[in-house]
Amino acid sequence: MNDVVLELNAVVKRFDDHEVLRGVSLQLRRHEVVCLIGASGSGKSTLLRCANMLETIDGGSVSLFGQSLLDPRVDPDLVRRHIGMVFQSFNLFPHLSVLDNVLLGPVRALKRKKSDARDEALALLDRIGLRDRADDFPDHLSGGQQQRVAIVRSLAMRPDLLLLDEVTSALDPTLVGEVLDLLSDLANQGTTMLIATHEMNFARDVAHQIAYLDQGVLVEQGTPDQIFNAAQHASTRNFLERVR
Amino acid sequence: MTLGFDADTSNEIPNLFAPRRSRIFVGRRGVVASTISCVLILGIVVSVLFVAPGGASFRHVFFDPHEMWVAWVGDPRRGILAIKDGLVTNIWMFLVSEVLVLFLGLALAWTRMSQSPVLLPFRILATAYTDIFRGIPLLLVVFMVGYGLPALQFGFLSSQSFAIYGVISLTLTYSAYVSEVFRAGILSVPNGQLLAARSLGLTHASTMRRVTLPQAIRTVIPPLLNDFISLQKDTALVSVLGAVEATRAAQIAVSVDFNESGLTVAALFFLVLTIPMTRFTDHLLEKDRARRLVSSL
Repeated sequence: MNDVVLELNAVVKRFDDHEVLRGVSLQLRRHEVVCLIGASGSGKSTLLRCANMLETIDGGSVSLFGQSLLDPRVDPDLVRRHIGMVFQSFNLFPHLSVLDNVLLGPVRALKRKKSDARDEALALLDRIGLRDRADDFPDHLSGGQQQRVAIVRSLAMRPDLLLLDEVTSALDPTLVGEVLDLLSDLANQGTTMLIATHEMNFARDVAHQIAYLDQGVLVEQGTPDQIFNAAQHASTRNFLERVR
Repeated sequence: MTLGFDADTSNEIPNLFAPRRSRIFVGRRGVVASTISCVLILGIVVSVLFVAPGGASFRHVFFDPHEMWVAWVGDPRRGILAIKDGLVTNIWMFLVSEVLVLFLGLALAWTRMSQSPVLLPFRILATAYTDIFRGIPLLLVVFMVGYGLPALQFGFLSSQSFAIYGVISLTLTYSAYVSEVFRAGILSVPNGQLLAARSLGLTHASTMRRVTLPQAIRTVIPPLLNDFISLQKDTALVSVLGAVEATRAAQIAVSVDFNESGLTVAALFFLVLTIPMTRFTDHLLEKDRARRLVSSL
């Protein structure tokens, strides 16, 4: 099949002698949403970072559109321009306005004309209802608004794939909804996403596939129905029992 | 058994008043208290000049108005050079040095933080440079440059004025300090910012230029100005070479009239130059603190 966007094959990642990922394999097809679940420290974030080359891997392989990212001729900066990433702590640039945050990637990395990129950025901000906040600085926005801007900042790069690293974990409970709603919209529009999350209801609703990670091992993967109602492994059932 | 404190069973209203003795420190009365203490302390310091056995001669030697004026405007007939002319030398020396230090300091910091394997020898050199010039006293650098470069007999490098050698010495030493200030500022930018920028596909250089440096500048300005204040004073050290700047002019006045009032004049004018800068730095620090308080809410 040529619609595989991202493929991880037996990926191993070590920090000193601690093995964070122990041979994880995962496939992500175009328009597919995969949710990574698992306890903190199970390797979800590391897995996402290996996918966009923020971390180098110590074993196995990662490929994007069938091209191995281990090839020394691959330029990480070019790879990352196709992969959006959203962080738990937003990481908006505090010295730039909301609009300039969204524009930085398209203008400085993709070298697009500022006027074109600007129209598109404003249209994106309009979609999340924050067009009138375009000239504000991030610290004047609520956490939920900041995170939605961070998502739009990634979308402005027109990525083929979006990586989301526990994007609601740092939010007030009252602000989680608006961010999850935006992600649901994106899923409905066919955005390809790999989502590390602790929001089980959201995962059940949005994901096509759920993958359960435990101590660097991908224990089990399946449809939400398979995982939530008929998990094969005791550790998966145990984990779901505890988060409920 | 109850945990912690026993519940207060009495219906007594707690006393919130400060004891009578310390009431002058509370509220608006605190202003009165601080004014009184300022006048008192200042009075004691000044009165030492009058009460001390050598007070009268001290005042004559260090604060003689006539001698101060002569030292300030100079007296060419008796070979006394004007401090006000010397001060011009100090001012252009520190202005030129500060601009050079800014560039060299940033270049050193950038080099030390570069990642390219090709730049390894430069990284080593930059590290050695900062170690060396933070370690050698500025006075020795001034001597080495001021006597060393002319001794080289190497074209224009060996035929400059002492003030130029002063600028070179100050730049060499202060670039080492300032590069560390820059480096600390750059390192203070949270890692998440770099991750976000690199995830957008920005190169290392564009991340530095668009994300890291603009945020580092904020943190860097107060300590940078601090180093500049120090640099402005240290222009006085160039006097050891014989360059005629304020300190040297004051020394000449002292040696001609056997009266130290010239030194007082020089000191006062160094204060006039540095105090606006110190106040401005404090103001920036206070503003930065307020900003941090707001953003942490």
